Amino acid sequence: MQNLKQMSNQDKVGLAGGHRACAGCGFPQIIKMIYGQSQAPVVTTCATGCMEIATTIYPFTAWRGNFIHSAFENSAATISGIETAYKALKKQGRLPAEQEMNFVAIGGDGGTYDIGLQALSGAMERQHNILYICYNNEAYMNTGVQRSSATPQGGHTTTSPAGKVVPGKIQFPKDLTAIIAAHDVVYAGQASVGFHIDLMRKADQAFGMVGPKFMNVYTPCRLGWGSDPAQTLEIARLAVETCLWPLYEVAEGRWKLTRKIKEKKPVTEFYKTQNRFRHLLKPENEELVKQIQEEVDRRWHDLLQRCGEGA
Amino acid sequence: MEKAIETMSSPRSAGKAEPRKATLARTGNEAMAEAMRQINPDVCAAYPITPATEIVQIFANFVNDGLVKTEFITVESEHSAMSACIGSASSGARTMTATSSQGLALMYEMLYIAAGYRLPIVMAEVNRALSSPINIHCDHSDTMGGRDSGWIQIFSENAQEAYDNLIQAVRIAEHPDVLLPAWASTDGFIISHGMENFELYPDDAVRQFIGEYKPAFTLLDNRKPFTLGAADLQDFYFEHRRSAYEGMRAAKKVILEIGREFGDKFGTAYGFFEGVHLDDAEVVMVALGSTAGTGRVAVENLRQRGIKAGLLKLRVFRPFPAEELVQALAHVPAIAIMDRSDSFNAQAGPLATEIKAALYDAGQYPKIINYIYGLGGRDIHFRELEQILEQTLKAGKPNDLNSRVVYWGVRE
Repeated sequence: MQNLKQMSNQDKVGLAGGHRACAGCGFPQIIKMIYGQSQAPVVTTCATGCMEIATTIYPFTAWRGNFIHSAFENSAATISGIETAYKALKKQGRLPAEQEMNFVAIGGDGGTYDIGLQALSGAMERQHNILYICYNNEAYMNTGVQRSSATPQGGHTTTSPAGKVVPGKIQFPKDLTAIIAAHDVVYAGQASVGFHIDLMRKADQAFGMVGPKFMNVYTPCRLGWGSDPAQTLEIARLAVETCLWPLYEVAEGRWKLTRKIKEKKPVTEFYKTQNRFRHLLKPENEELVKQIQEEVDRRWHDLLQRCGEGA
Repeated sequence: MEKAIETMSSPRSAGKAEPRKATLARTGNEAMAEAMRQINPDVCAAYPITPATEIVQIFANFVNDGLVKTEFITVESEHSAMSACIGSASSGARTMTATSSQGLALMYEMLYIAAGYRLPIVMAEVNRALSSPINIHCDHSDTMGGRDSGWIQIFSENAQEAYDNLIQAVRIAEHPDVLLPAWASTDGFIISHGMENFELYPDDAVRQFIGEYKPAFTLLDNRKPFTLGAADLQDFYFEHRRSAYEGMRAAKKVILEIGREFGDKFGTAYGFFEGVHLDDAEVVMVALGSTAGTGRVAVENLRQRGIKAGLLKLRVFRPFPAEELVQALAHVPAIAIMDRSDSFNAQAGPLATEIKAALYDAGQYPKIINYIYGLGGRDIHFRELEQILEQTLKAGKPNDLNSRVVYWGVRE
């Protein structure tokens, strides 16, 4: 694995400077840390979303390697075609025998959890040799902060507003990482932009494996979350420490917790850092917060069991 | 007139050295699958759908029996099929797919993107009605729905043409002046499942005709990385869309060149359309696909009764051969335009709309009756086509919507 010092000397990896991501946005760091682990050139597909818009406005591009965006729901299907073309041309001897490449598909939580789930499931099931990265900021941020199935319960978005009757999103987010793990992929992992070493180690491991790989990487969005851009990494860590976003991986079927939490912080510690949860801290929502905490505790307990960590 | 003739198909030319052919009994689907085997694409991504399923099935057998070098992606939907084709074609691989109806409709979003990226993807399409209500039989609403997507669009009268057109589609799409995706279509069940005599050209001859694919760019070359599909705003989007128009304009010349070359090599030359008894015709039927076959019989029957009827079978719908078409129809006083789909503009079917626009620009104002017919596979008999031709000949110039557009054979 490349460490931060080695990576800081690499300016040809992932994204060039000058892209248009917001101050405090996590995805440029995620790309840099993941792409730094690839031993081979990377071909990237990206779903429509903030990342694609912020990095590619014609005639400029921030991408150091070959990159294609075509639509919102098809990042995984597009990378399937690229990886298959590579296989076909390699087999026919139409690519240099020594040429190695990695194939990475990227989507936000909208392009991955929701509209792109079918294409993702198909690509994983067909066992393409690809890495899919979901940069998960828990809502459709590119279109102006609408709820996704990754939005946390109680979270305020523009389509799940904290109203007088309904206090934000009603449902708990779906467990996409477990859904992908159930496809018998070689690697599925949850990471966070707040834990660099863990994130880079997971990318290093994933690039070293042959077959479908999936990384669900958590990153705050200062615009959608109403958070301090200077606190992005701290907030990302807090999500892990409250067990709202546990760090774990399923490599070749083995579940493993990659960050143990000795003293679980209450979810309210996380809520305090963001405007999207402001309403949950009011007395009338105490019962809801209690229910959410219970659900977080239950899921954490289940995860520990699955990872053989006991309770 | 000479120029117009050139744009039409010519009958089998004698005397040219033709490669040995095998005469077989094949359905349209089998013929298209054979074309795909001979084209031998690097990648095929496809999803089964009635009535195009067989193409995918037969081709899967070719793959698993080692008769082609193709990598076959068994995608989970047509949207993913076209998305995977876009990924593959952007990576320098010759790429094909097949679909029909709802499958094509699910691809619509990606059809525009394939054309916008100037990717020469080739598709075997089987025309089928669109839901709702659900119906698996032939009409042209599926491909007409994609008519403004930037794809080259070729209709086939029978299994032979489906095969010939699919082979030519590869050359047309990949031509450096064109670089647009192309589909060749047949009529669902009528052609896709109807068995006919069919001439299979030798594999070597087809492969030689197709030639090696030299992609304009590839994502698999990392020496000069590039970004495809950047966000494109007010300052460049217009120019990029305009470039697809340039490709479509160039396709007109290329389609004729390749149609002629195909004739030299395999015996049947192809143009934009084919005329039957056009020269002295007093009434002409314009039709797409299998109905043209039925129309031939109707026209001959009427000729025997002394009625100067003619047929214009349109083969290429995109690019639309407007100038050539109006030239071929310049002397015709009465035209029946047969639309096997409705555009629901409450004015005319898609074919009639195009032809009327072309005639207006040429300053030609013949009597035109537009017949919407055969939706959802409702049969059309040659006797009915005779009636349509006679009726069109006798009718006064239509002066209202009901006389301009006739829903033929519908129970009111």
